Amino acid sequence: MSEKSKTPLFRLVKRVKGDMMSPRKALAIRVASVVIALILGSIPIMLTGANPVKAYGVIVVGSLSNAIYLKQTIKIAIPLLVCSLAIAPCFKMKFWNIGAEGQLMFGAICSAFFAINLGGKIPSFFILLIMAIAAALGGAIWGFIPGFFKAKYNTNETLFTLMMNYIAIGMVKWLQGGPWEGRKGTQLVPTFHKSTFLPEVFGVQCGWIIALILVIIVHIYMNYTKHGYEVAVIGDSLNTARYAGMNVGWIMMRTMLLSGALCGIAGFLILAGENHTINSALSGGVGFTAITVSWLSQLNAFVMIGISALLAIISKGSKTLNQRMGVPSSVAEIVSGILLFCMLGCEFFINYKVVFRKKSEKEVAA
Amino acid sequence: MNSIIALIAAAGTYATVLMFGTMGEIITEKSGNLNLGVEGIMYMGGIIGLVAANRYEAMVGEAASNGFIAILFAIFGAFIAGALAGLIFSFITVTLRANQNVTGLAMTTFGTGVAKFIGEVMRNKLGGYVSVSNHLKEAFSLKFMPKFLKNIPILGPILFNQVHFFYIGIILAVLIYLFFSKTKAGLYLRAVGESPVTADAAGINITRYKYLATMIGGGISAIGGMVYTMTTAGCVWIEASLSGVGWLSVALVIFCTWNPLNSLWGSLLFGSLMIMYLWIIVPGIPTELYKILPYVVTLIVLIITSIRNNRDKQPPASLGNNYFREDR
Repeated sequence: MSEKSKTPLFRLVKRVKGDMMSPRKALAIRVASVVIALILGSIPIMLTGANPVKAYGVIVVGSLSNAIYLKQTIKIAIPLLVCSLAIAPCFKMKFWNIGAEGQLMFGAICSAFFAINLGGKIPSFFILLIMAIAAALGGAIWGFIPGFFKAKYNTNETLFTLMMNYIAIGMVKWLQGGPWEGRKGTQLVPTFHKSTFLPEVFGVQCGWIIALILVIIVHIYMNYTKHGYEVAVIGDSLNTARYAGMNVGWIMMRTMLLSGALCGIAGFLILAGENHTINSALSGGVGFTAITVSWLSQLNAFVMIGISALLAIISKGSKTLNQRMGVPSSVAEIVSGILLFCMLGCEFFINYKVVFRKKSEKEVAA
Repeated sequence: MNSIIALIAAAGTYATVLMFGTMGEIITEKSGNLNLGVEGIMYMGGIIGLVAANRYEAMVGEAASNGFIAILFAIFGAFIAGALAGLIFSFITVTLRANQNVTGLAMTTFGTGVAKFIGEVMRNKLGGYVSVSNHLKEAFSLKFMPKFLKNIPILGPILFNQVHFFYIGIILAVLIYLFFSKTKAGLYLRAVGESPVTADAAGINITRYKYLATMIGGGISAIGGMVYTMTTAGCVWIEASLSGVGWLSVALVIFCTWNPLNSLWGSLLFGSLMIMYLWIIVPGIPTELYKILPYVVTLIVLIITSIRNNRDKQPPASLGNNYFREDR
């Protein structure tokens, strides 16, 4: 056999610096993957007998078309954005924190403790401040525990953070049916005192301002500080970080403290901004959806605003879709799953290029 | 003592669910693929298994339906659903080389979404709820062992008073164990998971092994979900009740140190922990706090195994990393 037949027709080459795809082309591929995801997402919609174009229309209209819908969509987006911000540094570090849900919940528990005990007794500003600090501390503790064990003993953080979710949710269930239960048998914590409600700005709880400020802070933290740099180095190569003399264990714990604190604040925003009571459905899966948001935004804080808005639109719109066209609202989860699949897959076409067998080789062989 | 035996005996069904979930994930992880989507896969298996049995019954009519065939339908349906999920996972991580952790999490979102979606669509279509007739329900949770075996003290209720899926699980665990340790294909699969570079140099088709292991593993995990809906949940689709089972299975893989035989007693232990609050009442501990016990134990197990850091109890060396031949 000749040399030629042994060279494969094409092979894949990883793009290296200097050979990267142009940003515009890369963006085009990402946009194309979103379009493909929406097309694939229309399959389950069609299965229910609904017209997918109309259904997507209902999703957009049902989440943005009037002030009430818009407010509800923003309400969903606020904690989502804050949790996504929280997850970003962890994922940058390749620390798979999927415990945002639990950190949010535990933060909310700490926050609710003060809301219940101090509500109406001290001025609103102070109580909100105490609640926010309590939530941040609570979330930080919940995030620190898995960070500590990962740093000390390399304990699997994915499962650790996940189990912490169940524990926090279990605690809320116990509190709402036990010590904090209002009327016996209701399994409900009574609504907090008015002084624990976050004020509204433009008709929406002021959490959106806090969230936007946090976007800027996290962006600066991740890109322009020593901490952010250390996190990035650990994510790229643990050994490089160790060789450079970084205290990897402490950086992990510190990042988890921060991440947990942010999740706790997200919990506070839900608690004081809209729920005004605590129950096990408080988080509503925000911690998990935030993973999607973080990754789709490529851990870029500003892009997260857009993506969390997009997922909030899908989430709110799918509820309207359910009411109007009878399509189950779980279609939102399917569409966001497919979105993630497509976005994950499309990176391949950005980072690799196909090299075909060269003509000259053919001639030589012949 | 008696209540502990009763507890373990009752935990057999729940243990079977975890057993399948764990064994499937062990096969997947042996190929170096860390599929965190087990939760989603088991959800899909749960609903597809139920729908398959339901459709089979609707097809042949209630009177003519046969329990054995219905079980085959359910197993087959769940397996196909899980294998398809494994295929998607492999395509994205092996062919397109995306991050395995995030792909697995996306699989969880996707799978739970699909399961809830199908559950609701079927519910709307059939008016009310999806289920099967009573004699099929009995067939699914039949404890077929002869009475004299069940009556053996201590061992009888634990080993012989179980549903048939329990025994299928045991046989499967032994088969998987033999596959890993005694067959060439099993050796190759482990080589792929431990060191894909070496395996590739030895001429093993890495892509094929990773795809097949992930698909078969996904299929087996999905059967676990099916067992849950068809036995514990009583052939009715209750979407919330399956939550956490898949994640416990992933944790059990570490607990079982990637050995399918360990998954037998490991899942029995965790199955017991899951239902312990119903059987052994400890005064002073509220039920809701009692219910988090299995998760706390999982945490303790995770911590202890990581502190001991035993050298022969390590995950496959390349677990979670994608292989790219030119990436050296």
